[in-house]
Amino acid sequence: MIALIDYDAGNIKSVEKALDFLGAENVLTRDPSVILNADGVILPGVGSFGDAMERLKGYGLCDVIKKVCEKGTPFLGICLGLQLLFDSSEESVGVEGLGILKGKVKKIPDAEGLKVPHMGWNDLSYPSKGRLFLGIPENSYVYFVHSYYLEAQDESIVKATTDYGTLIHASVEQRNVFACQFHPEKSSEVGLKILQNFLNVVKEGK
Amino acid sequence: MYTKRIIPCLDVKDGRVVKGVNFVNLKDAGDPAEQASVYDKAGADELVFLDITASSDNRDTQLEWVREVAANVFIPFTVGGGIKTVSDFKAILREGADKIAINSAAIMNPKLINEGAEKFGSQCVVVAIDAKKRPDAEGWTIYKNGGRVDMNIDAVEWARRAEKLGAGEILLTSMDCDGTKSGYDLELTKAIASSVSIPVIASGGAGSLKDFYDVFDEGCADAALAASLFHYKELEIREVKEYLKDKGISVRL
Repeated sequence: MIALIDYDAGNIKSVEKALDFLGAENVLTRDPSVILNADGVILPGVGSFGDAMERLKGYGLCDVIKKVCEKGTPFLGICLGLQLLFDSSEESVGVEGLGILKGKVKKIPDAEGLKVPHMGWNDLSYPSKGRLFLGIPENSYVYFVHSYYLEAQDESIVKATTDYGTLIHASVEQRNVFACQFHPEKSSEVGLKILQNFLNVVKEGK
Repeated sequence: MYTKRIIPCLDVKDGRVVKGVNFVNLKDAGDPAEQASVYDKAGADELVFLDITASSDNRDTQLEWVREVAANVFIPFTVGGGIKTVSDFKAILREGADKIAINSAAIMNPKLINEGAEKFGSQCVVVAIDAKKRPDAEGWTIYKNGGRVDMNIDAVEWARRAEKLGAGEILLTSMDCDGTKSGYDLELTKAIASSVSIPVIASGGAGSLKDFYDVFDEGCADAALAASLFHYKELEIREVKEYLKDKGISVRL
């Protein structure tokens, strides 16, 4: 059973539907005991860093997320769900992130001819092999929508990058904790394959 | 490489996909979810659905097909047509749509752009603009009610205002070029694209491979939309993308 953390994030339905499509049993929940007992946990997210942290706190989910990550449950953060795993974001100065992974989330700098938000399809490079990208050739395209980007402190956890005037850490993996800045649930066949790879990790984790 | 997007547009009436070659003879080409899935496999980067039923008591039917599309297609899609309130936004987004296109409702109530953006994020709010050259040929004005009423508002000015209010994207249809198949309105597209810093989707007039190249190159569009051209398979999406790639335009292939 996959627990999809329900904290009123915008893209939650799309993630749910992608999991349904892949035949993965899932539940939309903010119940700590359900999340703690799930085989895999997904933290989706669209919106602002500060608001999202506030809602996670309000629902008492921060410690729950830290606990599932610590106890080795396969965990996947998507889009804002990636950013929340880190220490802080320039989007909401002074707001502490979950701090499960080390790094900063920064504003995408203005570059000639490139608009912010970074919205659309961009291709991936792999600095090192990541389990989410098994069987997916380098330079495959995925769908991004974001104005802030990750700069992970420990580059060895970065499993995919993309170039948008600046180098964006597009996906990370540290033990059981995975995250994607892009939306696998909106990235057509490539995205479904990435989700399937996560589901495979969940299966092996059993 | 960040890519330019090719977006097929599907007109939906009473839950079924139709595309008027002319608006009198609507052809029923089927189920929105099936159509969408075909376009996903054909390489579409996004989809736009315009509900031309234009009656709000049709909401349940609309939500039903949106739900079906979202359950079967995993590329971003926009829904437009008859959306007037933030609660309409919410209902459609909740079924799995990614973006909402508003046209007349935004003109009549610009605050809707702002409210939608604040509640759901700018990336959800697409302001659709139907523009036509002024009779005196000085610039373009915007029209509401499916191109029936000239609002006498300058198109560039309106696009700028929409951006300021929080629109995440402009879907720009040239009424002069729509249906002609003689190419996108490059002048209009460029005028808008160079006046705002949000992406502009060009629409209306696509008829040949070169039209797509021109609208990206000269028109500075971020995405190109076409309906009947793809619907009747006069051009395949992949064919368009391969052509663009050959000409040095970055696309997802």
